[in-house]
Amino acid sequence: MSSPSTLEKPRTSRPRPQSHATNFGKGFLVKLALMAAVNAFGIFIILAALQQDSMGILWVMVGLLVAANWVFFARRTLALKYVFPGLVFLLIFQLFTMGYTLYVSFTNYGQGHNSTKDQAITALLQQNEVRLPDSPAYPLAVVQQGGELGFAVLEDDTVEVGTAEDPLSVVDDAVVTDGAITEVPGWDILDRQAIIADQQAVVDLRVSIDEDPESGSIRTTDGRTGYVYTSTLEWDPEADTMTNTETGVVYTPNDEGQFEAEDGSKLNVGWRVTVGLENYTEAFTNPTLAGYFYQITAWTFVQAFLSVALTFLLGLLVAIAMNKPGMRGQKVYRSLLILPYAIPGFISALIFAGLFNTRFGAINQILLGGAEIPWLTDPFLAKFTILFVNLWLGYPYMFLITTGALQALPGDVMEAAKIDGAGPLRTWRSITLPLLLVSTAPLLISSFAFNFNNFTLIYMLTGGGPSFSPTTSLGHTDILISMVYKISGISGGEPTNYGLASALSIMIFVIVGVISAIAFRQTRKLEEVN
Amino acid sequence: MATTTQAPTTIGQPKMSFGKWMRELGWRHIVAIAMLVFALAPILYVISAALNPVGTLTGSNELFRTVSFDNFAALNQTRFWTWVGNTLVIATTTAIGTVLMGAAAAFAFSRFRFKGRRASLTALLIIQMFPQMLAFVAVFLLLNTLGNVWPPLGIDSKLAVICVYLGGALGVNTFLMYGFFNTIPTELDEAAKIDGATHTQIYWTIILRLVTPILAVVALLSFVSTFAEFIIARIVLVSESNWTVAVGLYSWVSSRLDANWGQFAAGAVITSIPVLVLFLFLQKYIVGGLTAGSVKG
Repeated sequence: MSSPSTLEKPRTSRPRPQSHATNFGKGFLVKLALMAAVNAFGIFIILAALQQDSMGILWVMVGLLVAANWVFFARRTLALKYVFPGLVFLLIFQLFTMGYTLYVSFTNYGQGHNSTKDQAITALLQQNEVRLPDSPAYPLAVVQQGGELGFAVLEDDTVEVGTAEDPLSVVDDAVVTDGAITEVPGWDILDRQAIIADQQAVVDLRVSIDEDPESGSIRTTDGRTGYVYTSTLEWDPEADTMTNTETGVVYTPNDEGQFEAEDGSKLNVGWRVTVGLENYTEAFTNPTLAGYFYQITAWTFVQAFLSVALTFLLGLLVAIAMNKPGMRGQKVYRSLLILPYAIPGFISALIFAGLFNTRFGAINQILLGGAEIPWLTDPFLAKFTILFVNLWLGYPYMFLITTGALQALPGDVMEAAKIDGAGPLRTWRSITLPLLLVSTAPLLISSFAFNFNNFTLIYMLTGGGPSFSPTTSLGHTDILISMVYKISGISGGEPTNYGLASALSIMIFVIVGVISAIAFRQTRKLEEVN
Repeated sequence: MATTTQAPTTIGQPKMSFGKWMRELGWRHIVAIAMLVFALAPILYVISAALNPVGTLTGSNELFRTVSFDNFAALNQTRFWTWVGNTLVIATTTAIGTVLMGAAAAFAFSRFRFKGRRASLTALLIIQMFPQMLAFVAVFLLLNTLGNVWPPLGIDSKLAVICVYLGGALGVNTFLMYGFFNTIPTELDEAAKIDGATHTQIYWTIILRLVTPILAVVALLSFVSTFAEFIIARIVLVSESNWTVAVGLYSWVSSRLDANWGQFAAGAVITSIPVLVLFLFLQKYIVGGLTAGSVKG
């Protein structure tokens, strides 16, 4: 907890007969019950983390529990009692994730580098398994327990059971009839049909013989006979090398988190290592990526700026038109004109995706008499369409805020301008607009930040398309955030690259932060001038 | 404004020349009507598509040719109502949690003076500028790890999504509420304290009742934004029965836009109505919240 621990004495703690921390009233009992529940939950998580060897989660949980008990039972933590619950969520799900994004951006986390070195070694040993040429065949039964598959293996006269998670261990009281396992206590034996139904899972299942991955594992191809498979790779913990037992090639770890042989060949499973600023420079220097990156960045800025400017102008026009006391139908107009703002953004975006569809969409079919204009698939038109749809989505917000601002304009200044002989246009340009901008500027800045990261609109309307080239998923209307989404590979189907995606995320953080800071400073200047 | 004639009400006034009427009021109506067409056409179109039994994108182009509720009935054959239920559970829980945690924090900042108070407020202001969704990769990795320890907090869990959304509960709303809390005179607390009320009693029975309007606004804003949130929901909620409406409706039109159009339109209409009603109902609060500070007393 980085939060303030020492509090100025709150006025509530002047001497009183009883402090409520020790007052065994109704409130205290409620607190006691709630804290008991929190502690019970915390201990449950700690035990679960211990079982899974997740030491990070374990220590964080211990810290949170200690902090929670201190905050709610100490007397000098009054303010923290109120901030703590929200703070816990903020720390874990916002500050931590921001920090973790920064950390991941310095690593090569992603496809081929998904885990720790130990896990990578285990995976390598497993993946490179081949059946021992002279290995004996063991009678085997496929068993199941709570949805988890396992093998029961008959070795000599003992039956051993294991799963993908747990290596083989002896079970007592198993029944063997005619050399086949017919009953295993606590496990259901799968019949022929069940094995066929689940064929792929059975073939893929490997059960380690013991804890040491080099002892190999049992596998089966028919669900009846098991063979011992061992790895063609051999791991030498002392020398920190992998040796291929067939070819004799020795692989040593390199700086990129992979085992590499002297001839430069690498093993396919690597682990996470820190790569410094590589991900950051990658976006600028990688020949295939850099060009797209520049284009996408430029379009992100253009898109955010134009979206704010166009919606502001249209919203303002409507606000001015409606800003006339005693105009008929004003209320009805106002209520109907802000309807686009009240419809969830994802729905609007999807509706427009249909309206602008090249072959079947209403825009081409009804308005343009069947012209097949590629609104969403031509690089230029797609950009135009996005701005158009954003105009529809965004002008009501600007209409609302400019209406408020217009009504707040001081009448005497207008009057003075008129007396000084300023025409309507001059008054508008020199007085109305600057005053309007002062009061709406902070909202325009947050609107810019919002449009800068308007993922939903882009993703649902064009999906970032049309693609720059057939070999990339990145497209002409992608903005930085949708580029991050595609590069991260989280959606599946493409190689994951968490490191690069995080580095791009951090760059967006920085851009948005710098723009906000500069813009807020500028608006403060404006305010001082006026 | 361009003209400053004493706003003549048209009623009872001797005839105004057409030119003058155009300059004063006519153009306003022209702008308003043009904008109405722009604003309402897509909405009318989607309502028509929802009522059109053909159910394809092409078939939806003949506005209000036939009207039937086939598309709405067809929703029962899909998981649509499960998604609606999921969304309501997630958005409601998030809204309640956001209000509870945000209000408590705002109370502390507004009523207690403690070391680091200003610094914490500034920190919150800065943090809220950085949207959580930018860190979605880290959110995904974090939930993966948490899920190994306790699956209800992992990938594909509604509770996990709610927790992620609650991570943003303090940042966005504390300021809105803090300002409002400050408008409640501290004399009220003082009087209650003299009468022997504890800070818990003051908070729950006095302050919270007086700030109900802002609680409603924050709850609504949180509900609506959670309702429409897409990227986190899409990443975390993997299995179809756990999807939210946003993820589900997207799946209908992302793959087979043409064929599922009627179904989508019906779903879109149903999904929009509650938000629309809430919005119209609470319009003045929302407008007030947006323009706070820019409108004179």
